[in-house]
Amino acid sequence: MSSIGTGYDLSASQFSPDGRVFQVEYAQKAVENSGTSISLRCKDGVVLAVEKIVSSKLYERGANKRIFNVDTHVGMACAGLLADARAIVNVGRIEAANYREEYGRPIPCKTLGERVSNYLHAYTLYSAVRPFGCSVMIGAHDEDGPQLYLLDPSGLCYGYSGCAIGKAKQNAKTEIEKLKLTDLTCRELVKEAAKIIYLVHDEVKDRLFEMELSWVCEESGGRHQLVPDALYKEAERYAKAALEEDSSDEDEEM
Amino acid sequence: MAAAVQSSPSVNKASHLDALKPSWLSNEVLTGTSIMAVEFDGGVVVGADSRTSMGSYVSNRVTDKLTRVTDRIYCCRSGSAADTQAIADIVSAQMELLEVTMGEPPRVRVAANTFKEICYNYRDSLMAGIIVAGWDKGIGGQVYTIPLGGMIVRQPVAIGGSGSTYVWGHIDATYKPNMNKQETVDFVKNTLTLALTRDGSSGGVVRVAVITKDGVERQTFLHNELPQFYQG
Repeated sequence: MSSIGTGYDLSASQFSPDGRVFQVEYAQKAVENSGTSISLRCKDGVVLAVEKIVSSKLYERGANKRIFNVDTHVGMACAGLLADARAIVNVGRIEAANYREEYGRPIPCKTLGERVSNYLHAYTLYSAVRPFGCSVMIGAHDEDGPQLYLLDPSGLCYGYSGCAIGKAKQNAKTEIEKLKLTDLTCRELVKEAAKIIYLVHDEVKDRLFEMELSWVCEESGGRHQLVPDALYKEAERYAKAALEEDSSDEDEEM
Repeated sequence: MAAAVQSSPSVNKASHLDALKPSWLSNEVLTGTSIMAVEFDGGVVVGADSRTSMGSYVSNRVTDKLTRVTDRIYCCRSGSAADTQAIADIVSAQMELLEVTMGEPPRVRVAANTFKEICYNYRDSLMAGIIVAGWDKGIGGQVYTIPLGGMIVRQPVAIGGSGSTYVWGHIDATYKPNMNKQETVDFVKNTLTLALTRDGSSGGVVRVAVITKDGVERQTFLHNELPQFYQG
């Protein structure tokens, strides 16, 4: 972003001479400043995991969640401005409900992704509005099997088998690529997701954080929900153990 | 019928020429009908008679009441011919659009629900009893029936139209689950024959269509090709 302040970044409705829309790029920056969120799709479902950075000890535990239910079979995880994310979730819920009413069946993930991304895109076209400062990952499990879509502030919507957003997205993506997603079950993936979240967490910059884990799979009866307490604790133990093993390896090398 | 008279008050104006007008002219065109649809393993069989009448006048004796909605979804129409044709056209157009936007053929449930939405919202002005049947890759063969008020319900076997009142017992006695394709076609042919011989508003030929993953296979049974039952 070398050309900051050249006057072409005042509105989302204006291009710069080299064909960029700065307001949209700034919105993407807002996503990259946020805690990391990852999603993994395997043979029997989708797992969503979020590193929620807690800015004050005074918050209640579990406040300001970053994973949402959109429909019974659809979950959304976000990174970026939480207030913007809530507005997007609201749009998603309305679209899902409308689809159900009109066609008498749950909304397919692809359709939901496209409808919500059209909404995000509309906010990159006008001078009177600003783009949404957040990206969302939509995970669902329905007649068409497990599905995962990532939406970004520019209004793009792609399907993924695993994706990561937020400040440590590069590290997280490298970790995800090591997994054999097609062979694993959701139960195993929850632990792997927890491990990645703990691994990419920056203990120095953000001391306090809470991990959120949710899944939608056959084991959850096709419903999107936060993972059961027992599994959450198991995943947390697994993640912390893996982390310690990692750091002791490093010690030996030194 | 009452709706047609109310909506065109000019017809009601008394005139000394009224006596010369044949009574069927003021009757609405109705598919006083026998229609049915049955699910079987791998698809559905839909069937209908071919009579369209205005009162006691038969205005068409070779009607096709099995109307295409998509390549693998058909509907059986009963009630006002104008209403049901219009609804089928609207739903067909919507499904075509949906196929383009979704990138795959619409589900039978989606088509049936779209029919229901129209039939329910306009229930006071429509006279339409529709059976929607077809095949999709999700659930396979499905039959949804949408009677007068705009209710929707999935059934393994559905009958409709004025002729259906005569054959409920036959359905109860004869239908058995897991019939194969030929058994199902025979079941539909027999039921419709029984219905159209007893019902004055049904008649003509029996049209049958089999919808499977491979597409639609249509058959027409002329009057002399229909089974013979007790005629007393």
